[in-house]
Amino acid sequence: MAEAREPAIRTRGLNLWYGDFQALFDVDLDIARGRVTSLIGPSGCGKSTFLRSVNRIIERLDYVRTSGSIEVMGQDVLASDVALTQLRREVGMVFQRPNPLPISVRRNVLFAHRLHNPHGQSRAEEDELVERVLREVLLWDQVKDRLDSLATGLSLEEQQKLCIARLLPVKPSVLLMDEPCSALDPEATSAVEELIWELRGDYSILIVTHNMAQARRASDECIFMLLGKVVEHAPTGDMFVTPTHSETADYIEGRYG
Amino acid sequence: MNAFSATDLDSANKRREHAFRLLFGAMTALLILPVLLILGMLVWKGHSIFSFEFFFTNPRNGMTEGGIFPALIGTLYLVTVALFASVPLGVAAAVYLSEYAPDNLLTRLINLAIINLAGVPSIVHALFGVGAFVLFFNFGTSILAASLTLAVMTLPVVIVATRESLQAVPQAFREASWSLGATRWQTIRRIVLPNSVSGILTGVILEVSRTVGETAPIMFTGATFYVAFLPTSVFDQTMAMSYHLYTITTQVPGVPEALPFGVALTLIAIVLALNSVSIAFRMILRGRKKW
Repeated sequence: MAEAREPAIRTRGLNLWYGDFQALFDVDLDIARGRVTSLIGPSGCGKSTFLRSVNRIIERLDYVRTSGSIEVMGQDVLASDVALTQLRREVGMVFQRPNPLPISVRRNVLFAHRLHNPHGQSRAEEDELVERVLREVLLWDQVKDRLDSLATGLSLEEQQKLCIARLLPVKPSVLLMDEPCSALDPEATSAVEELIWELRGDYSILIVTHNMAQARRASDECIFMLLGKVVEHAPTGDMFVTPTHSETADYIEGRYG
Repeated sequence: MNAFSATDLDSANKRREHAFRLLFGAMTALLILPVLLILGMLVWKGHSIFSFEFFFTNPRNGMTEGGIFPALIGTLYLVTVALFASVPLGVAAAVYLSEYAPDNLLTRLINLAIINLAGVPSIVHALFGVGAFVLFFNFGTSILAASLTLAVMTLPVVIVATRESLQAVPQAFREASWSLGATRWQTIRRIVLPNSVSGILTGVILEVSRTVGETAPIMFTGATFYVAFLPTSVFDQTMAMSYHLYTITTQVPGVPEALPFGVALTLIAIVLALNSVSIAFRMILRGRKKW
């Protein structure tokens, strides 16, 4: 039982610099397993930076330095023998702007899967996988006749669902989402939110959002960050009703941000 | 008169507008005119020479009669070998510069050097080719030496075109691919390169057009005045269209007037044909692209 309680993501003393600019200050966070945790705060507070350091995609900027520790499912992410391929299998990422690859819907779904299974599987096995994950993201009925057309031709909502779907074949445990709905219209937003809510339990989801209402209705826990520091981390209900810090209250009530 | 009637200022602006429109139009016409005149003159004076014999037989009688077959084949040979040398090298260099190289002083210097390489006169490349390929590597005056010289000369074209088409692939695709666990090479191979093929092809065709027409780089490194036989290996010398045109217009007395014009027209036709292939390719590939 002790292991099951281990957080999906645990950071201790995480500091991060872009060149001389420090973007994260001693971030200590435990992101719960199987739940949706939202990360809120004004622009530039470090929420996306935090998100991007969990799957280490931030490192493509070669002027980034980090110190401290990040663990995913109890495993050290910054250890020298970590293969980014393996890390990114375990930690999937959804971007702000839907970014399906300019290949067919089917090949998008199978992209990561094929990276990990280079010797291929039978067409039938792949077909079954494609159908299973597209059903899981509630997209199968819309795209089943368009599996071989370009994914970039889908609607934005479909593209974003596809971007979630393509993470699932490699069985990640953590999904990072960087404002996954901010490019979508209200209807698509609620469809994607619904999907995120469906996926909780099987996956631990960390979602950055600018949308207070979204954080409130679609997350179990909420983290408020300000100027690179964690100000408050509480169950979503508590934070929105009785925030313990005055900065949190000010932000939630829209006095800045 | 009402509130919207043109004032003196409006009429003056209108006249000026008209004048500038006319000026720019006239400049464009002036640009097109020489092209039309050149093409017209070539067709006018050269078309009478076109025959089966012209394209498919050797020159005869001190170059004053017969055809251009060895030069035609020689040019194709030179271009092909040059492509095999410069395309892999140029594309690889562009991939490195665009996808791997950190943005630092060294990278910028290399990029500057490439741009400068494009500005080096072809006769300087010719001398480099003599020094490097003919003498140092001891290839002699040969197709190999001439083609490598042409390849070095056109490398910047391939590198710049490839680099630009790689950079035209949105960064979001790379991020998506990396975040799914793909390595840089897997991303390049599966996402970036397939989406930049049309740009790379454009560079290749530009290179071909330039290679076909160049005379200086090959005249000391591999082109020859006359050989009766077609080249059998890359170490043979060869005739070439551009050099052939140069010799029959300046070195040989008694060449009938239509002959050089026919050769020039053929040369231009080859370039035009290659360019249209590239345009067709690009249209097909761009039609498939949607983002």
